[in-house]
Amino acid sequence: MSVARTLRALPTLLRIGVAETVAYRGEFLVWILTTTLPLVMLGLWTSVAKEAPFQGYASQDFVAYYLAALIVRNLTGSWVAWQISEEIRLGSMSMRLLRPVHPMIAFAAGHVAAIPFRSLVVLPIAVVLLVSSGASALTTEPLQLALIVPSLALAWLITFSVLFAIGTLAFFVTKAMALLNLYFGLFSLLSGYLLPLPLLPAAIARIAEYSPFRFMLSVPIELMTRPMATRELAELLALQTGWAVATLALALWLWRLGVRRFEAVGG
Amino acid sequence: MTRYLRLMLVQLRISASAAMAYRADFIVEGVMALAWMALTLLPLIVLYRGRTAVAGWDAPSALVVIAYFMGVRAVLEGIVSPSLVGLVEQIRSGAFDYVLLKPADAQLLISAARFEPWKIVDLFGALGLVIYAFVQRGEPPSALDVGLGTALFFSGVLAMYALWILCAAASFWVVRLDNLTYLLGAIFDTARWPVQVFRGLWRIVFTFVIPVAVMTTFPAMALLGRLDAATALGTFGGTLALLVISRVIWKIAIRSYTSASS
Repeated sequence: MSVARTLRALPTLLRIGVAETVAYRGEFLVWILTTTLPLVMLGLWTSVAKEAPFQGYASQDFVAYYLAALIVRNLTGSWVAWQISEEIRLGSMSMRLLRPVHPMIAFAAGHVAAIPFRSLVVLPIAVVLLVSSGASALTTEPLQLALIVPSLALAWLITFSVLFAIGTLAFFVTKAMALLNLYFGLFSLLSGYLLPLPLLPAAIARIAEYSPFRFMLSVPIELMTRPMATRELAELLALQTGWAVATLALALWLWRLGVRRFEAVGG
Repeated sequence: MTRYLRLMLVQLRISASAAMAYRADFIVEGVMALAWMALTLLPLIVLYRGRTAVAGWDAPSALVVIAYFMGVRAVLEGIVSPSLVGLVEQIRSGAFDYVLLKPADAQLLISAARFEPWKIVDLFGALGLVIYAFVQRGEPPSALDVGLGTALFFSGVLAMYALWILCAAASFWVVRLDNLTYLLGAIFDTARWPVQVFRGLWRIVFTFVIPVAVMTTFPAMALLGRLDAATALGTFGGTLALLVISRVIWKIAIRSYTSASS
């Protein structure tokens, strides 16, 4: 019954999401502009690699890597932690809890509705650059190409779940946003957002390889830029699915714990 | 003038006593500061493991730029960001009306509305890094360079402040722009690299459009004794121009402010 009801509500939720994105254009644009770090890193590393390849990375490898990073980041980016903590602080969470749809579905619908707009702004630029300057550094294996989309979807789910979990921490502590900063620090390092993971010092690279962060960003990038054996592909996708299930479960569990202790502010 | 100084001191005291109420945070902040420092240094370490010099910058010199970056960032996160968050909140809730009613300049009132005293840990971290860098270089900076480097640090902080006022002014037009702090942070993040490392378009953008070079690279060059007089003057001039522009835009913005309350 609940599932059917949620499904019926979904088109409306998506429409609301689209309307919100259009209504708060300024905010939306700012969120997109905050993801330009890969372009800066691109500028840096291409000028470093111009003289000679840097640890096996030539100039066009960096171009391909960071443009892929830009695409993945824009498609999978999430701001749900910030939304949840805002709603808890301002008291509008009470209203959301009264609705007969799980808030996670509602937030997720809002995010999904924004994806077409995000692609509209960034993808053309990224695709043109990718084809013009990084074509030789891209993968052409059909199976691998086909797996990019599911991998992106899983990356989106992991990112959303982790940020959802961080957002629910605002139920327990007042300084949840400081945690968000810490998260972002770890994310930029371990997900390959700042640097391709193989360039990291060996010890950190080992940690990064198995951390969930890698599956939020690096894995889809790797699928786009690095040819892989079928076995490795299967392993990566399996691990990614595992992390998606685990983080989703964690987020839902924390949400249940949090709602139980929720005392509405400004009722 | 003394009235404004007194006003700022009062605001500082209030923020400090609020921070003292959460003494345990000090340890958390200290640990976080160390973690952030490691995180900030890592790309540099990676870069200089593969190269001895990039665009004329060897590792210790680039470390000085990072130290400036951390210093300005401490000010950004200690004063600027908390105040900006406060301002956006006030605009949305309509409480900003009361700020405008107060018999003092609104820009000054909001500029130092909130402090996070613990960020001073980061300032000491930055200072430590500079000392370490000069030990690595094996020669201390001359007194003149120290003077100019310090002056340019404050000039960099003021340039940062001007950018912040511009963002604050933008929030009058687009009210739900709470994420401006993130944008400011993202822009400023590029200041950790010496601007010469970038080529072409990026270097022009970072020198003239979003003048992050003015905040870290040029001050660091001054401390290293590499800055020529023309660039030094240009840095001061650029900062001054930014301050004037931000003040003018702030004035225009405040005129078009329509209250959210009532």
